[in-house]
Amino acid sequence: MIQLKHLYKSFGDKEVLKDINAMFDNGKVNLIIGQSGSGKTVLMKNVVGLLTPTSGSIFYDERDFCSLTKKERILLRREMGMIFQNAALFDSMTVLENVMFPLNMFSDSPYEDRVKRARFCLSRVNLDDADNKFPGEISGGMQKRVAIARAIALQPKYLFCDEPNSGLDPKTSIVIDELIHGITHEDNITTIVNTHDMNSVMGIGENITFICEGRAEWQGSNVEIMDADNKKLEDFIFASDILRQVKIAHDQEKKQKQ
Amino acid sequence: MLTLKNSLTHLGRYVQLMGRVVAQPDRMRMFYKQYVTEMFQLGYNSIGIVLIISFFIGAVICLQIKLNIQSPWMPRMVTGYTTREIMLLEFSSSIMCLILAGKVGSNIASELGTMRITQQIDALDIMGVNSANYLILPKIMGLMTIMPILVTFSVAAGILGAYATSFMGTTTVSELTEGFRYQFNQWFFWCGIIKAVVYAFIITSVSAYKGYTVEGGSVEVGKASTDAVVTSSILVLFADIFLTQLLT
Ligand SMILES: Nc1ncnc2c1ncn2[C@@H]1O[C@H](COP(=O)(O)OP(=O)(O)OP(=O)(O)O)[C@@H](O)[C@H]1O
Ligand SMILES: [Mg+2]
Repeated sequence: MIQLKHLYKSFGDKEVLKDINAMFDNGKVNLIIGQSGSGKTVLMKNVVGLLTPTSGSIFYDERDFCSLTKKERILLRREMGMIFQNAALFDSMTVLENVMFPLNMFSDSPYEDRVKRARFCLSRVNLDDADNKFPGEISGGMQKRVAIARAIALQPKYLFCDEPNSGLDPKTSIVIDELIHGITHEDNITTIVNTHDMNSVMGIGENITFICEGRAEWQGSNVEIMDADNKKLEDFIFASDILRQVKIAHDQEKKQKQ
Repeated sequence: MLTLKNSLTHLGRYVQLMGRVVAQPDRMRMFYKQYVTEMFQLGYNSIGIVLIISFFIGAVICLQIKLNIQSPWMPRMVTGYTTREIMLLEFSSSIMCLILAGKVGSNIASELGTMRITQQIDALDIMGVNSANYLILPKIMGLMTIMPILVTFSVAAGILGAYATSFMGTTTVSELTEGFRYQFNQWFFWCGIIKAVVYAFIITSVSAYKGYTVEGGSVEVGKASTDAVVTSSILVLFADIFLTQLLT
């Protein structure tokens, strides 16, 4: 479980995050949604410690991240995995070496076991035949999957994904979403995903936080979102014609039931 | 005033970064692997350019000295003697390192800068790796280890170059050999080595600082790489004056 309390972040006099309060549950896929430029990436960077909040606190199961010592923070980081918006694979290493990297760095098990674990992670993301390719030689979707494999290699307790399906076709996006959903539930991970993809919201959003202009406007599940009574959220979710029609149908159905 | 404040800020950040670099590596096995790779990439791959440049500079110095100071009342071994002193004292350590600052410095700065803007360094930090230590320490140690070898090769190539001019009929091999041996002071060789090791540290650490702290995109990476070469060259020159005064 990760909890944010009164989180503020400004760059100079530009306030990007304003009083964010949110809860991210254990064993669930927690989504952060919002328009481009609303502050999702900045929020995630604050949570993982790549940026320091101007004020406010972040709790990782009772541990206050901002008041940890340097050493404790490094130890906590070994419980985190992160998938960046652009995958951020090490481009001088092959796919297998990328996935083995965290194991080589932090695991004391013998070489064979590390290779086995890396191969297992790769097979989990359905990438069995790309071991010796370099990141530059595989497609964007494959890179994202390698990034997932690398992030789960050390069995993290917290998994962060910044727009895991940006730039992917709808079908591949769904594959990635299902992967993240499956891994989260099987390993009981606290997963936080940044997205503005409506398929993900409806498909895997068990706990959704809606951010608008740096404020957390709404929190709930993908079932509740259909009936949410929030103008900004409605404008964002039902922006496209198709989804607007779904919403209208949903509302009519509800009226008939009453 | 502004530039002074600016350079002090850079100095502060540089020292801070070095503080993170000089630490016990998270995993020795990974450090050794990187260390060997960097020695190969920064050092071994520079041997070619060092040999070629030193050979020709040795030859040119020999010809110039002959042309300019050789006269009937000057012993004929002066040419060899002066060539040796120039190679040992300045060229093979300082000038060679200035040339390497261009090759190695831009290489390091653009590599680290690209890793920074593609978030590979963030990815390391998130894993709980000390990214400064993992990426920069092997580079510094690698070049510092290989630099004495490069200097030795440079001196040797320079002397070979000087011998090569004897085929053009200017000075004979035996005159040159006499000059090379005349009043040889071993300490001068060690001066060159000490200087080169210090320069190796300057070049790698300054370029790594420039690359590691890039913010922005490809334009900034390009700028960092130029800055790395300019700054480390100037610092090498300053260090040269200081070390020459100190050592000789
Ligand atoms: N380092 C920075 N310095 C100044 N402003 C920044 C910085 N990083 C982000 N911002 C500002 O913060 C705001 C939020 O940016 P952020 O990257 O979090 O958006 P986002 O919600 O992730 O958008 P997208 O969906 O397009 O990725 C933007 O207006 C951006 O200009
Ligand atoms: Mg973003």
